Formats: sequence, structure tokens, C-alpha cells
Amino acid sequence: MKNFLSRCYIGLIFFLLYIPIVVLIIFSFNESGSLAEFSGFSFTWYEELFHDQEAFSALRNSLILAIISSLIATILGTFGALGLHRMRNRYVKQAITTVTNIPMMNPDIVTGVSMMLLFVAVAAFLKTHELFGFATLLIAHITFNIPYVMLSVMPRFKQLDKSLSEAAQDLGCTPSRAFFMVELPEIVPGIISGLMMSFTLSLDDFVISHFVSSPNFQTLPLYVYNQTAHNVKFSMYALSALIVAVILVILLIVNFAGSAADRKNKKGGR
Amino acid sequence: MKHQALPQAEHPPQAPRKSKNTHRNFFQRFAAVPHVVWTVMFIVAPMLFVFYFAFTDAEGRFSIANIVHLSQYTNVFILSIAFALIATVVCLLIGYPLAYFMSRQSERAQKILMVLIMLPMWCNLLIRTYALMALLDNGGLLNSLLGKLGLEPLPIVGSYFGVILGMVYDFLPYMVLPIFTAMTKLDKRYIEASSDLGCNSWQTMTKVIMPLTLSGVVSGVTMVFVPSISTFYISQKLGAGKIDLVGDTIERLFQNASTYNVGAAMSLVMMILIIVSLAVMNKFSDEEGGMVP
Amino acid sequence: MKASIRAIVILASVLLLLPLVCGLTACTRDKGEVITLYVYNWGEYISDGSEDSVDSNALFEEWYYNTYGVRVKVNYSTYSSNESMYAKLSSGSVNYDVVVPSDYMIERMIEEDMLAELNFENIPHIGNIHEDFFGEDAKYDYYDPDNKYAVPYMYGMIGIIYNTTMVEADDPSLGSWQLMWDERHNGNILQFNNSRDAFGTAQYFLGLDVNSDSEADWRLALEKLKEQKPVLQGYVMDEIFNKMENGSAAIAAYYAGDFLAMYENNEDLEFFYPKEGTNLYVDAMCIPKASRNKEVAERYIDFMLTEAPAVANAEYTYYASPNKVVRENAEYREYMNTIKDGGYDLMYGTDTVKTSSYKNLSGEKLIMLNDLWEELKSDIEVGLPIYVICGGILAVLIGGGTFLGVRKRIRDNY
Repeated sequence: MKNFLSRCYIGLIFFLLYIPIVVLIIFSFNESGSLAEFSGFSFTWYEELFHDQEAFSALRNSLILAIISSLIATILGTFGALGLHRMRNRYVKQAITTVTNIPMMNPDIVTGVSMMLLFVAVAAFLKTHELFGFATLLIAHITFNIPYVMLSVMPRFKQLDKSLSEAAQDLGCTPSRAFFMVELPEIVPGIISGLMMSFTLSLDDFVISHFVSSPNFQTLPLYVYNQTAHNVKFSMYALSALIVAVILVILLIVNFAGSAADRKNKKGGR
Repeated sequence: MKHQALPQAEHPPQAPRKSKNTHRNFFQRFAAVPHVVWTVMFIVAPMLFVFYFAFTDAEGRFSIANIVHLSQYTNVFILSIAFALIATVVCLLIGYPLAYFMSRQSERAQKILMVLIMLPMWCNLLIRTYALMALLDNGGLLNSLLGKLGLEPLPIVGSYFGVILGMVYDFLPYMVLPIFTAMTKLDKRYIEASSDLGCNSWQTMTKVIMPLTLSGVVSGVTMVFVPSISTFYISQKLGAGKIDLVGDTIERLFQNASTYNVGAAMSLVMMILIIVSLAVMNKFSDEEGGMVP
Repeated sequence: MKASIRAIVILASVLLLLPLVCGLTACTRDKGEVITLYVYNWGEYISDGSEDSVDSNALFEEWYYNTYGVRVKVNYSTYSSNESMYAKLSSGSVNYDVVVPSDYMIERMIEEDMLAELNFENIPHIGNIHEDFFGEDAKYDYYDPDNKYAVPYMYGMIGIIYNTTMVEADDPSLGSWQLMWDERHNGNILQFNNSRDAFGTAQYFLGLDVNSDSEADWRLALEKLKEQKPVLQGYVMDEIFNKMENGSAAIAAYYAGDFLAMYENNEDLEFFYPKEGTNLYVDAMCIPKASRNKEVAERYIDFMLTEAPAVANAEYTYYASPNKVVRENAEYREYMNTIKDGGYDLMYGTDTVKTSSYKNLSGEKLIMLNDLWEELKSDIEVGLPIYVICGGILAVLIGGGTFLGVRKRIRDNY
């Protein structure tokens, strides 16, 4: 009985959580484009979406930005974590960690406006009118990605067995070689999860981008924002439905691939 | 690779010790430098700019007028804090039992539920907020269904309730996930032990499960409270531009006004507000954590 | 564990590489002599190719290539208020070649030396503009009396849109700004979300000068707007389209052309120009000083004056066109009337409506207007229920905290 009630509760909450999304997806197939009445099934809005150059360039921009920013953030963050890990002065270490984590603790809007102020000042200093755009977005995304990379890499460094690297050096490796050959492979999983995390964060970010972008370089969230601030084209529903579908597929793949691999591993282990 | 390493290995063992240390020092500095430079340039410097703008007037002279000016926004601040507080508490009240019940399902069901709770988190906030608004608007599906049933329409969009609902709806997964993770990590033997020692299920809940999942609650509360207090999209859509929160004001002051001073002052105050509330919460939870035997 | 990591690695690399490759190929395809022209315009303000319309920007790109043999890519982006456009432009962080501000904003930008003088040799079709809007005897070129900086794009007036299923035909407030203040439509009224237009509604209603020099006048308007706030559903700009079309709101003040666009999707809507007078605005194409491609920008402006794009834009936006070629186009006239009976006259037959236009305000007044707007937006009641709920939450938190703390201390003392 108890179990049944708890399942009801789970069902109810998930139902409420999903109605708006499900309604949006269903109505993206609505012929009339109304959100109140379903008048007939059609792919009109999907067709329109595929003719929307703006949406496609926004998608491309988003992907390019997410890839480059997550790669750079991962490199900077990993080396930063390495440096911090090796640092002997506890206070300096603590100070750097605290400052690095500011974008993670701060609300996005504060991070966004602070970067905007910096860029406006730089633009005034350089007397340029073309600062905002890809470059500023890239810098902002790298900045808010770094703490997440360090968050996932740092524990791996802490788990490292120091003697391994020392042994490598005793056997004649240079310290940097020892790092690349011995330590790096150990922390790769952390690096990869940091990379994935910053990739998704960058893809998803709206608030910070909102302040440091120019209308010339739109990412997908900015495109959605502009759409919903104006006369919403019904192809927006189609776009949303596609985004939800893609995310669902990715989540399922990650989960199922992971568990399938685990199962295989267990079997192999036996 | 091997033949490169060999000649070096022939060196006497004592000599390279020292040079290794200096090497290491050099390498360690080299590793952290780009990161530190980046941090100073793009985290510290922007923060300094916020301080600078908050304490200067349009001509760049020192002034506290911006801070004084903020008294105009007292109600906006109160409302933002109140909304964030209410949304956080509601999320906790809904999310905690949810996470608990989820953790008691079979492993397979847990996996599916996990995907279901993560999907909204990954799906852009703008889309979910807009979907909610489209559903609840006076001319949306909900009200047209109510109309067909002959009931009065519910004017949710443009009301306080609508904004809080939007926050709860958007941020609930952020509350559930960390608590759920804490629940699944919880050692089942504690629960068994407590019931063996004569605790009833309520006592098990309050004395064992709750204290042990407190870390999850703390991160959940943080992850709901901070975005709730600083949101502007939710209040823009579900408040129809009429209910201005701190986030909306900052956004407007930066996107529409020609000077940034008041906006910077407001951002600064909000930052301090959040730091203080997080500090208070951490202290609170530390004390609570002290309860664990 | 290792295998799952490998799966993630493969997935990640596929995810990362695929778009990278796509992106790179797209980049290389774009190479070659291409000029990018940055155009910044109001939302929903150009024929964009959706729903079988003409894509004016694509038409320009094609025309330019055929005429000059150079490829131009129009980078078109939109804003939703003059003030946000101005903020973006004056922050000095973005660059545009063509912008389309409204009259009072053009005046301000001229005064602040933000606009470039146009070279009319590159704009031979300027003669298409009606004499009322351009030239020596023009009535409506108050924002640029010497005709040096701006080429009119569209014009129109503000009126009130209402839903006939929600507002009775014999409503005494009909025909007046009073409708926007009517308590019987509580929660169903939409007001402009930009300072100048919102204050304008109150000023016209009160019979005040919209360009008044007296702060007291502006304060009066502010009080009127504060009085209105409780009956409003919200302050919105282009969200108005969806809200009026799907019946989420009953009454809204907006631009006349947009009414026709909404009417096309919802025939229950009606429209009037308030009897107390209303605003006539002209939006004109200008070139910011910082433009790098002034000549191309001028040709863009000129192209928009030619028949095909001008008619397409007018048919898409439904705004009144200052372009003679459009106004005299029989097909266009008929088109406007098929959207709504009398649609053409609604936009052009407006001589009897009492109108005035916004002028730029002095720097001091601009700051004041901004402050008043902030005062209006931050004028918000917290309300007793919120205090009670939060008080309750805090009481429980503090009470619970002290209780646990005290209990702990007692236990520790054992």
C-alpha cells in the first residue's frame, strides 16, 4: 500500500513536470499553430524550421562555441589543477581556488554583467566598435567553464599516487614527461567528464551570453530568447521538440551504453 | 621511448635530485600560470569593474549615491528574496519525499527516473519556461479547457503565484538530483541498524536518513535559491513584465539604460546578499550536521 | 568501468568532431570576397521569406551580386525598443551598418553625433519617398529637418487593439484611452514595455504635451501610470502578438500596422485611434558613424526604396509606407483591404486623427524619464500573504534551529 502511494506521488510529480513539455511537443504537430486547440496533424512547422537559416546558423554557432570553449577551458583548467595540486603555499592555493570558484557561486547574471562591464571598458579603451561577438562569448564561456573542469579534475589529482611519478623520474623521465606518461592517463576520466560538463554548460548557457553577445553572433539559447521576445513563430515549438528529443536520445545512450558496458565488464570479470 | 630514457638512468642518483626539484618548480609554475592569468583577467578584473561602477557616478567620481538610490528598490529586493525563499521551501517539500521514494524503487526504475529528472535539467530553461507560460496563459490550453468545463479562467500569468510556480517548476530537478544522489549513497545498513535498535520509521527518517542526506539538501537548496533570486526570464514571462525582481531590474539597467552605475550597485548588493545567505545556511547545516552521532 | 569510459570517450569524440567538421566545411564555403552588411532593425519589420513572402535581404544580396559582382551577406538582427538599440550602439561594443530607429531616437543620435551623413548619390530612389516625409516642404521630417541622415522606412500611429469577445460593443470607454484604465477589464490590459510609449499613453489621456519641459507634467503622467498598474496584466512589447491573438489579453495599445497582422490570425480583434489624440511616429533608415561599409549600406537603403522589396516589406509588416511606389500600387491597395475591410484606409486615411510626435528630450529630461520609468517599474506591493508565508518559513527555520541547538547543548552537557 505504502509502495503504491509512493509510486502515485512519483507519477504525479513527474506528470506535472512533464505536461508543459509534452504539450509543447504535441502542439508542434498542430496544423493551426494554436496552443489551445488541436486542429489537425501536420509537419508544417518542422518544414518551416528546416527553411529557417537563422536557426541553423544559431545551432552552428552554439556548437562551435561549445566545442572551442570547452576544449580551451579543459586545457586551462587541467593545467591549473595540476599547478594548484603541486603548489606548496596553502594560502595562495586557497586564494586561487576561491577566486576560480567565483563564477560557480555567483548568480549567472552577476557574472554576465561583470564581464560586460569589462568588455565595454576594453572596447572604449581600444576605440573599437566590434568587440562583442564570438570573442567575448568565447572568453566568457571559458571563464565559467573552468571551475567545473577543475571540480572534476582536482579529485583525480588528489587520488594520484605520488610514488608513481617519482619512480618514473628516478628511472630518468623529465618531470613533464613523467606527467604526460604517468599521471595524465590516471586523470583522463576526470578531464573527460570536465570536458563533457563544460560542453553541455556552454551549449545551455543563456544568461551570461545574453550580456556579452552581440546580435551578430547568436547562439541557440539567444535565438530562442529572441524568438520568445517577439511574435513567436510556431516553428519555435518544433525546434523545442527537436531539442528535447535530441537530449533524451543522448541521455538514453549515455545511460544504456554505460550500463551495457558495465554488464559486459562484469561478465568478462567472471 | 626506451632508448631515450636509458642514458639518463645511468646518471648518479644523487645529482639529478636537486635539478629535478628545480625542474618541478619550474613545471609547476608553468602549469598554473595560464590559469592564474586568466582568472585575474576575466574573474578578478570584471569584479573590480563592478565595484568601480557601483561606487562612482556617471562622470567617474567616487560616490555612494548609487547605493543610496537602491532604497527605491526595497520592495523589489524583499519580493525577490521572498519568492526565492518560498520557491526553495516548496521545492524542498516536494523534492525531498520525491527523492526518498525514488531511492526506494528498483534499480532499473531508478535509472529511468534518473533520466527523467535529468532531461528537464539539460533541456534549456527558456524552452521550459516558455512552455509553461504557453500552457498557463489566459488563452492557453489550461484556461481553454477550464472554459470548456464552464469554469472561471485562472489568471496565473502576471500574478505572484505564477512567478513562484515558474521557479518551482524550473528548479525542482536541481533540488531532487543532489538529494537523490545522497539517498542512493546512503548505507542501507544504517537504516537496518536503526530499526533493529527499535526506531520506528518516523524516527529512522528524522534521526538517520535526514541527517545523512543533509549534504544533498544543502546543495539542492543552493542550486534552487541562487538561480531563483537572480532570475529574470521567469518573471518576465510568467510575471508578464509587471512583476519586476532584482534580476529583471539589473537586466533592464544594463540592457536599456545608458549608465551602468546603479545596475552595478544592484549586482553588488545581490552578490553580497547571496554570499551572506549561503554563509548562514552553511553555518546552520554545520550545526545540524553536528547532530549526527 | 573502463569500458564505460571508452564508450563516453567515443561518444564525446563523435559529438565533438561531427559539428566541427560541418562547421569547418561551412567556413571554407563562405570564403572568398564577401562583404558582411550588419543591419539592425525592429523585430517583425522586414519581409523575411516566411509563409511564402519575399525575402528582402536575400533579394538584396542577389541584386547586389548581379549589379556589382560582389557578394554581400546581410547579417540581420533585431531589437524590441529604441532604448535597447541605443544602449547597444552607444556601449561602443557592436557595429552596425544600417539601423532603423524611430524619430525621437534619430534626433538624439544626430545630436550625439552617432549618425553618418548620407551620400544621396548612392540613393537615387529617394524620389520615391512621398513629399510629406522627405524634401523641403515635408511635414514629417521634424527629426532630421535638413534631410541629411535618415531615409523614412515606415510610419504609423499608436492605437488601441481590443478583443470584441471580451469588450462589449457599447462599452462607454471605447474610443478613448480610458479603456486602458478600465477596472472592469482588470488583468486583461497590456501596456507598452518602453518608457516613451508608456508615458505617451498617459500623457495623451491626460491631454499633456508628450514633449513637455515641465517635470510636474511628467510626474502627473507617472501617477496616472501607477494608477493603471494594478489593472494591467503586464508590460510587454512584441509578446503582444501572441497574447492578443490567442485571447490571453483583451486590450492593448500598440502600433496600427501590427493590429492588421494580429487581425489576420484572430478576426475577433478590433482597433481604434483614441479621440484624445495619439502618437505618429516615423521609423527611418540611418547609418551609424562607425559603419565600415557605408557605400554598401547606402545601396541597401536605396534598394529598400525600390518597388519589389518596398511592397513586400509593406505587405509583410502592414505598416504605412512613406513610399509613393507602394502607396500607388493597386495590388498592394487591394491586398491591404483583403486583410481587413478598410485596411488601407486604416493605415493611410488618418488625416482626421489628432496626432503629435515624440521629440528628443534634453539630457536632463532623459535622465528624469529614465528615473520615472524605474520608479514605475519598481513600484510594487509585497502584499500581506507574502509577508505571512515568509514569516512562517523563517519562524520555523529559526525555531527549529534553536530547538536543535539547545537540545544538542543539553545533550553535550551530559
